[in-house]
Amino acid sequence: MPAVSMTVNGKSVAGDVEARTLLVQFLRENLRLTGTHVGCDTSQCGACVVHVDGIAAKSCTLLALQCEGAKITTIEGLAEPNGPLHPMQEAFREHHGLQCGFCTPGMIMSALDIVRRHGHELDERTIREQLDGNLCRCTGYHNIVKAIGAGARAMVKSGAPRQAAE
Amino acid sequence: MNATGIGAAVRRKEDFRFVTGNGQYTDDVTRPGVTRAVFVRSPHARAKLRGIDISVARKMPGVAAVLTGAELTGDKIGNLICGWMIHSKDGSPMKMAPHPALASGTVNYVGDAVAVVIADTLAQGRDAAEKVKVDYEVLPAVTDPAEAKSGPQIHEVAPKNIIYEWSLGDQKAVDAAFASAKHVTRLDIINNRLAPNAIEPRAALAEYDAGTDQLTLWNTTQNPHVSRLVIAAFVGMAPEHKLRVIAPDVGGGFGSKIFIYPEEVVCLWAARKVHRPVKWVAERSESFLTDAHGRDHVTHAELALDGSGKIVALRAKTIANLGAYMSTFSSSVPTYLYGTLLSGQYDIPHIYCEVDAVYTNTVPVDAYRGAGRPEATFVVERLVEVAARQMGIEPPEIRKRNFIKAFPHQTPVIMAYDAGDYHASLRQAMEFADVKSFNKRKRESARNGKLRGLGFSTYIEACGIAPSQAVGSLGCGVGLWESAEVRVNPTGSVEVLTGTHAHGQGHETTFAQLVSERLGIPFENVSIVHGDTDKVQFGMGTYGSRSGAVGMSAVVKALDKIEAKAKKVAAYMLEAAEGDIEFKDGKFTVAGTDKSAPWGDVALNAYIAHKFAGADLEPGLKETSFYDPTNFTFPAGCHICEVEVDTETGKTEIVNWTAVDDFGTVVNPMIVEGQVHGGIAQGVGQALLEGVVYNKDGQLVTGSFMDYTMPRAHDLPLFHLGLTETKSPSNPLGIKGCGEAGAIAAPAAVINAITDAIGTEELSMPATAQAVWSALKRAHGVRQAA
Repeated sequence: MPAVSMTVNGKSVAGDVEARTLLVQFLRENLRLTGTHVGCDTSQCGACVVHVDGIAAKSCTLLALQCEGAKITTIEGLAEPNGPLHPMQEAFREHHGLQCGFCTPGMIMSALDIVRRHGHELDERTIREQLDGNLCRCTGYHNIVKAIGAGARAMVKSGAPRQAAE
Repeated sequence: MNATGIGAAVRRKEDFRFVTGNGQYTDDVTRPGVTRAVFVRSPHARAKLRGIDISVARKMPGVAAVLTGAELTGDKIGNLICGWMIHSKDGSPMKMAPHPALASGTVNYVGDAVAVVIADTLAQGRDAAEKVKVDYEVLPAVTDPAEAKSGPQIHEVAPKNIIYEWSLGDQKAVDAAFASAKHVTRLDIINNRLAPNAIEPRAALAEYDAGTDQLTLWNTTQNPHVSRLVIAAFVGMAPEHKLRVIAPDVGGGFGSKIFIYPEEVVCLWAARKVHRPVKWVAERSESFLTDAHGRDHVTHAELALDGSGKIVALRAKTIANLGAYMSTFSSSVPTYLYGTLLSGQYDIPHIYCEVDAVYTNTVPVDAYRGAGRPEATFVVERLVEVAARQMGIEPPEIRKRNFIKAFPHQTPVIMAYDAGDYHASLRQAMEFADVKSFNKRKRESARNGKLRGLGFSTYIEACGIAPSQAVGSLGCGVGLWESAEVRVNPTGSVEVLTGTHAHGQGHETTFAQLVSERLGIPFENVSIVHGDTDKVQFGMGTYGSRSGAVGMSAVVKALDKIEAKAKKVAAYMLEAAEGDIEFKDGKFTVAGTDKSAPWGDVALNAYIAHKFAGADLEPGLKETSFYDPTNFTFPAGCHICEVEVDTETGKTEIVNWTAVDDFGTVVNPMIVEGQVHGGIAQGVGQALLEGVVYNKDGQLVTGSFMDYTMPRAHDLPLFHLGLTETKSPSNPLGIKGCGEAGAIAAPAAVINAITDAIGTEELSMPATAQAVWSALKRAHGVRQAA
């Protein structure tokens, strides 16, 4: 089996994987980072969104081997262990932007990518259009839209970088 | 009000683990030596199984076993069942066909499982599944419920594919009222078939401990105890006490995770056969093929009115598609959850309803958010709206003329509504929606070449499911009470074990709010335990907006007992008579004195038992309650949808949504609003976007998120919500329930709005751009539409 190595949430990791192993499988099964979820098999739902070299990507649509040498950030890497939540995580909590929680990691990772691309002052329309790649069945998006707007603004105050920490 | 008590918008306890990726869903659980199950599924809607050749697959790398229906039968694993008996109007029982977890003899829908591969890895399992050779003799199929009776007979037990022909109400009285009515409104309605699509796919992980002969199942279920009961008592997998079912974090249910499915049965069976844990996780395409779908009614409905717009009678004839097999509660959805709600919010003297449930070669259909009540609301609210338009009465006005004004109110279709104020929610919704200025907005839209419409939906639902004797008399195989166990620890912190199950509803927060309020202790000192049959003794799970009304009521009853026992302990501590002890704000006081003991001291004394003799009082502080409600609850409200339709494309935009609901007591308004938002989104999805399509051959055309349109963020507006409150007299907290309201109210509001805009009633759901454009074209001709 081919070997692969990458940096995940700031740590160097390596493993031998079957060539067809998806990035999401490598994260979930090899590294046991189960915060990244799989909700569909057609790149439609966005539950699996992680950051690859700072850019949002659907980890169900990348082979682990394509990520050789890449810097990956998953939901587990946003806040320091035992540290405060990232402002975007905090905004989802504060604004009840989640119910069952299954889509949430992907939503938060996509939200950060929206901030990266569109800045901290996001209007409702921009957020809704930019969330096209993430499905939620619980919230009707109402509070997710509010959370992302508030989280984006809070990131300025907290000094959190637009791009998630590696 | 306590800052973390009832009525406070407390932020959720659950969220920390979910926003940090630390949730534990079934697929996140793993066990040493775990194998993966991959199912081989029928590509045909109906076929005879002539043979299955597993010889090649069996020898593939990593394969531990390949199992078929023949082995399942050989091991005497029983069939899945439907647990609600419905009788036809001739008195005959429903025709329940055998439903084996792996098909044998015939397959009856695309996706019906015929074999399972158990392998070391998922990839190896998939490779081997492709090598299982199944010899099918393809047979003709039927998928359209309207054609089921004349289609090929699917099951031996059900001639003409009829499961039951049920009726409710007084047909003669209804016919007489129609004969003398001044006005009759008639509608043909298709309530479109929906795929539930919780974002977490169904999953099961089964483990067998040969040393203790114990089976454990981690499962995406809304009701682990019901699952255990059915798998033990009916499927015969293991005795109930030898089977543990754990529902860890569950990523949305909406009804679809109530049911007991073939996959969990097969995983349990296979785990015992191969002596290794077995995990199965649905791919989304498997979810579309095998999750129980919702709705799928074909209805002809009629409303009779007098000259003043007062309703004199309603009648409906419905064909309900229940799919290829009867799912766990499927029989109840188009009967006692549908026909009984056809009175809506209105005083209707006579109602008659006939429902024919049929088999088709499609995946089973069962409860999906609202379950029967959205279908009933759509019938009633479309009829009322269309009648108003035909008679030249304003839609709110016809509603006011027919609203029930006095409670309790006995409808002609079983239900006794106990409390409500339908005028209040309509009035408030009309203010919020600025209905007065609608015509001005309509003119502005017209100047921009758009058609603007306003749609009302004054819905009712029966929730708080349900009084056990009542549902028992209607055929339900189980009681629908709920249990709670309150365990007070020696330090005064509290664990509440509930038989309800949360899969997004936030019970860890709301149930803790109740305890915090009642015991006057910090919210942080309360933990809610649910979803494990080894921890919670028994419970009926979560569906039918029942957890607050029934589950929290059980907690109240257990807390009553806790308080009574704690007062006895406090009396010994304070050397006072038990009757003199008062409990308030977390403190026990001797009435009229300054002698008191805080909650924590009393809890400790209950356990150290130094102040009383065991002969006088048992040590410890733990109480249990089983609460059976006295009635259903009847949440109701008014939703108003305002749309703009682009005449050139037929595209509908929802420009305003107002919802004013009466849920009785609200424990956490933030969570309640979230439930309403989500419900509306699912209702809008049904009205505008979603629809399962099977072709004539029974192939599922809408088998992925590429083909089945889920509501996305840009399909929906912000929602304007309000609450009115009449407390439910049928439970101690006055709660009515909020989980399904949005999905029940929304479809009629949307379709009433679009038909108002486009000036024709000939419009089916989903009202896609194409459907609306076509309706415009049919009604007004190409030129006007284009």
